Amino acid sequence: MISLKRTMLFIPGNNPSMLMNSIVFGSDCVIFDLEDAVSEKQKDAARILVRNGLKTLDFENTEVFVRINDISTKYWKNDLEEVMKGKINSILLPKTESPKSVKEAEKYIEELEKKYNIEKQITIMPLLETALGIENAFQIAKSSERIEGLFLGAEDLTADLGAKRTKEGKEILYSRSRVVTAAKAAKILAIDTPFTDVDDDEGLVKDTIFAKEIGFDGKASISPRHVDIINKIFMPSKEEIIYAHKVIDAIEKAEEEGKGVVSLEGKMIDAPIVNRARKVLLVLNKSRGVM
Amino acid sequence: MKIKNIAIVGSLESNDVMITIEPLENKLEIIIESIVYDQFNEEIKKAVQDVCDELEVKQAKIKVNDRGALECTIKARMEAAIIRGKGEIL
Repeated sequence: MISLKRTMLFIPGNNPSMLMNSIVFGSDCVIFDLEDAVSEKQKDAARILVRNGLKTLDFENTEVFVRINDISTKYWKNDLEEVMKGKINSILLPKTESPKSVKEAEKYIEELEKKYNIEKQITIMPLLETALGIENAFQIAKSSERIEGLFLGAEDLTADLGAKRTKEGKEILYSRSRVVTAAKAAKILAIDTPFTDVDDDEGLVKDTIFAKEIGFDGKASISPRHVDIINKIFMPSKEEIIYAHKVIDAIEKAEEEGKGVVSLEGKMIDAPIVNRARKVLLVLNKSRGVM
Repeated sequence: MKIKNIAIVGSLESNDVMITIEPLENKLEIIIESIVYDQFNEEIKKAVQDVCDELEVKQAKIKVNDRGALECTIKARMEAAIIRGKGEIL
């Protein structure tokens, strides 16, 4: 399945106003946050609020993620138990450091899918935000069929590295490259860390262009103000759109003619090229409001 | 089920509701204050009553200070308030 994740907007889990308005900001995905955005004393209230929102609200074409608390806490099972009663696409798994963490979460997700007769498989996106998580990126990426992407979290990571977090991001260059490489080797998506200065649009543009240039498929955001800028930067270029149309036309023509092998402009078109073309057209249609 | 503690859940932010629940003997008292009281008093009361029925709360004093919350928000805040009032941890 091809999915669009140019922007993934964090919504604090205990904020009803943000929750009910979450889809109006135009992000491809929303992440209802039960972890860092919720204080210890409000974990119970946030979990119930998010569950009710997921059961009641219509998120249209926006993909819905929930960031649960990490599996070393006493909260994560209760988080899953509640939010899986609602309409969700994926779980963002914080502080993932090894395949073991993914397997543990997956086992419980499977139990709940059976318990609640959930037909559509819930996917997992590991959040890599520790030095160990970065070093194990590829093993984590390959640890489950449910994993659709790796998500880089630079704030906790830099604290773990003992590095100073800067707008230029030199301190996370290795981690960014590592996450992209691991994700692409595993044929899944790579999502970049949010740019945390809400008022610095110029800095956001630079940071997002850089993320796209090194191979990220999308970027997280902690502010609705950032969504439009990130979406535009992750729009495909005119050349990419023209090429995507040519690829799809060639594929359709070959199917009509019963040809197994398809070539375009002297080059063979394989599955990754077709998937890329479909994704480009998906972005285009979404930006035009076709879907 | 009995409410043992005073519990407060929610906030006075826009689109939220603050629920205060406390022990009371022999009756269920619901006091509603809302920025949309004239339009939605009955709906708010029904949402509160539904959660009390579902969680079998028959004796309590419940103060509802509503700032334009959706029904799903009122019900979520009520549920959390009852759980805390019972002294349970979810």
